[in-house]
Amino acid sequence: MKIGTVLRDLHHDEHELARTLLRVAEDHRADHEVYHLCRDLAEWSTRHVREIAAMAPAFGEQLDPAPDGSPTLVDAARRAISKRTGRSPDMELVMVRDLRDVYLRASSVLTDWEMIGQAAQAIVHEELLELATRCQSETKRQATWANAKIKESSTQALVV
Amino acid sequence: MPTEDRISDIWGERTPYARGGRWPTRVDSHLAPGVEETEVENWVQSASTLHSNGDAFDIAVRDGRIVGVRGRPDDRVNHGRLGPKDLFGWQAIQSGDRLTHPLLRRHGELVECSWDEAMEALVRRTRELLDEQGPSAVGFYTTGQLFLEEYYTLALVAHGGIRTNHVDGNTRLCTATAAEALKQSFGCDGQPGSYTDVDHADVIALFGHNVAETQTVLWMRILDRLAGDDPPAILCVDPRPTPVARAATVHLAPRPGTNVALMNALLHEVIARGDVDEQWVRAHTVGYDDLEKTVGRYSPDVVSTICDVPAADIRAAGRLVGEATALLSTVLQGFYQSHQATAAAVQVNNLHLLRGMIGRPGCGILQMNGQPTAENTRECGADGDMAGFRNWSNTDHVADLARVWNIEPAQIPHATPPTHAMQIMRYVEDGSIRLLWVSGTNPAVSMPELARMRSILSQERLFLVVQDIFLTETAQLADIVLPAAAWGEKTGAFTNVDRTVHLSEKAVEPPGQARPDLDIFVDFARRMDLRDKDGGPLVTWSTPEEAFDAWRECSRGRPCDYSGLSYDKLRGGSGVQWPCTEEAPDGTERLYDGGVFWASPEDCESYGRDLETGAPVEEQEYRALNPYGRAIIKAADYRPAHELPDEEHPLQLITGRTVYHFHTRTRTGRAPELQAAAPDVWVEVSIHDAAVHGLREGDLAEVRTRRGEVRARVRVCGIRPGVVFLPFHYGYWDTEAGWRPGEHGRAANELTLTDWDPASKQPIFKTAACSVRKVSDGDGTPSPAPHATAPPVPAGSTTGADR
Repeated sequence: MKIGTVLRDLHHDEHELARTLLRVAEDHRADHEVYHLCRDLAEWSTRHVREIAAMAPAFGEQLDPAPDGSPTLVDAARRAISKRTGRSPDMELVMVRDLRDVYLRASSVLTDWEMIGQAAQAIVHEELLELATRCQSETKRQATWANAKIKESSTQALVV
Repeated sequence: MPTEDRISDIWGERTPYARGGRWPTRVDSHLAPGVEETEVENWVQSASTLHSNGDAFDIAVRDGRIVGVRGRPDDRVNHGRLGPKDLFGWQAIQSGDRLTHPLLRRHGELVECSWDEAMEALVRRTRELLDEQGPSAVGFYTTGQLFLEEYYTLALVAHGGIRTNHVDGNTRLCTATAAEALKQSFGCDGQPGSYTDVDHADVIALFGHNVAETQTVLWMRILDRLAGDDPPAILCVDPRPTPVARAATVHLAPRPGTNVALMNALLHEVIARGDVDEQWVRAHTVGYDDLEKTVGRYSPDVVSTICDVPAADIRAAGRLVGEATALLSTVLQGFYQSHQATAAAVQVNNLHLLRGMIGRPGCGILQMNGQPTAENTRECGADGDMAGFRNWSNTDHVADLARVWNIEPAQIPHATPPTHAMQIMRYVEDGSIRLLWVSGTNPAVSMPELARMRSILSQERLFLVVQDIFLTETAQLADIVLPAAAWGEKTGAFTNVDRTVHLSEKAVEPPGQARPDLDIFVDFARRMDLRDKDGGPLVTWSTPEEAFDAWRECSRGRPCDYSGLSYDKLRGGSGVQWPCTEEAPDGTERLYDGGVFWASPEDCESYGRDLETGAPVEEQEYRALNPYGRAIIKAADYRPAHELPDEEHPLQLITGRTVYHFHTRTRTGRAPELQAAAPDVWVEVSIHDAAVHGLREGDLAEVRTRRGEVRARVRVCGIRPGVVFLPFHYGYWDTEAGWRPGEHGRAANELTLTDWDPASKQPIFKTAACSVRKVSDGDGTPSPAPHATAPPVPAGSTTGADR
């Protein structure tokens, strides 16, 4: 049974996705949509991490429900810079690239959830299937948002 | 009746009528002191432009000046009645400080110049930017107060001529959620209901809609029903003790930012009580199962703690809407400008879908507007939509619009949704929009977080063009100021909340060199030499009537079909509701009769958006969800607001209107009766909070958020504890500082936060965390808050305030 291993990877990736979303939020505080949405969406991943940790023991894994994600000194410095650079059109391209990172991470998490969902059906594990279905749909919405924002911003960021 | 009383007696005498009866006529009028009706030389047909109700009236003219107004008795909207702003507001346009010359900034100062100089400077800068950067450098920010012909021309010039995607208006602040909620539920914008639903309803539910102040004549109609036989029950959802709340059968005053939870509880009750019209839901909707599952989590007991509303009251409200035989619901800024705006407004639509109450007499939804012509900018596409409710992500719709405009489809920007106002301002902030043309609005006072807004609009690198009738706060920051003709000085049509189209004719000449907005847009198109694909002029018209006829063709076959309308038809008669076609020559009272919607994948204006993230739904996803074009029931979970009270800012600030003013008071502040009725900003606090913070009626208080501070006189009233209210009308044009605060803030938007609803992009004006403290004792005189609408708590009954 490899479900535990994939859950461990997923736990790591969801946590990284949450951290990335929070970092992008802080880096682009001047862009209010990105700031608020990234923080909102980070909460979804943080919740997923908790739920994965709660499920993990059934598959032989002990995972931290709240891994350390506190911002470092570097993060704080970034934040100070982001406020000042909000006045440059060049920041838009930086933002699009950061959103691309969010999109790729979310897409990778989405694939993991799909794998878990398939496995849950194979072993007929209702709780795991419910978790995978619910989280997968939220991860898809995270990716869709990032993708939509990239599309929208590209029409401006790449042409100025 | 003596119209002077209509400042204190806002709604006038009752003319009661029974359910199903005809609302009696009552003609209201007001003439300038000393003018007799026999001295009026000319009565000129028009309608109100100081709110969205669409009250029809005639303008009285003598010696080339407006001397009064008189309601049109035959009009379907008002049956002759007028509100205070209709009666007195017209005086503003004859104010001595109108803009009469174009102004150009030279050496830091705005100086008078000729039209040629101003327009050449504008065209030169536009061309430079188009050459250097392209259309992405140019943005248009318009209003909810121009005429249909002007919006349509602007939409064509901006989308089809300049080819920029950056076109929106201040309707983003007032009506964006109404439009988005209708698109989400019915696939397309378009008001389902009619004002005549008031005549037939047995329950009228008002969600965050203080109709008594925002649409006084509609409230008169409701009051007359309440005074007649078989009156309707009223449900009011509002944290303030509004006149509506005082007349309500059930009044719910939820904590700001919790509307979705409250709506979910009402839907929970409707389902739990077995009041769902299951057959109708099965035949005409998709998405019910998801809603049932979602609202299952929102029992009145659970929601009672979220909203801080008694569970028994929620049940009583659920019973009211569940037992209604003809339910009319109206929604306004209490939902639209609050947290989770679209999600909450959509739940009102869901209420009607569950009950199968749509498209029949008394069974109406009125997703309201704030501004008089907001509906037209939605139709014409000067607001971030495409003309004629076409779908920007449907290539067939884009091609069809290109056919009407005789340009190539690729020339209409449609790679992404049109840029919304808040994003336009962001692009101005980061310097990628370098020319912003503001027409008929005043973002330096009306947008959230004014310190930020001033810093954006006053940037040296921004070329700011302002087209207005007065030197507003925003105009004072402009590089070019274009003096526009006002309502009454130009001809055009406009459409109210319930799709009633009125013609407003020119009554008097504009002052000095002021020109109609239409002429300015047309002149710009000519000077820019904008052309269609055959080399002909892009804008083929120059008069309002020609523009109207062009719009009529653009709208043909679309839901907002004007093909059966003309100036001749509107002239002399009175308002007609669209769609008006050959088949329906008298217009259409209600949309969606028989549960048939404009929601098929081929027809719909929008595939929808994710209510929480705002991401557009892709075509394929929509096709899978809704292949047959039914109404869409969309569920939403409650999420807490982004800014919640804390120790430093323990209260919640909401902003709003008073009956006597409109927007930033550029007009109503110049009408003596209206100005005297509400001369200055005030702050409403509850009896409880007044006691906690040591505040009494008339004290000077400071309201503070993380963004700034405002000073205002205290009105202690029956507002919900924990909530503080500021009217948003008061800026700086009539203060010494001119366009910004002097020592202390006066504009409510000094305090609001930059955050918006993900789906409708409407800014959130109603959930800022704030603190209040006393600055100095009052001298015993009450605060300038109007007594008629925000009465103080009676002395003696206020254990807290009456120290």
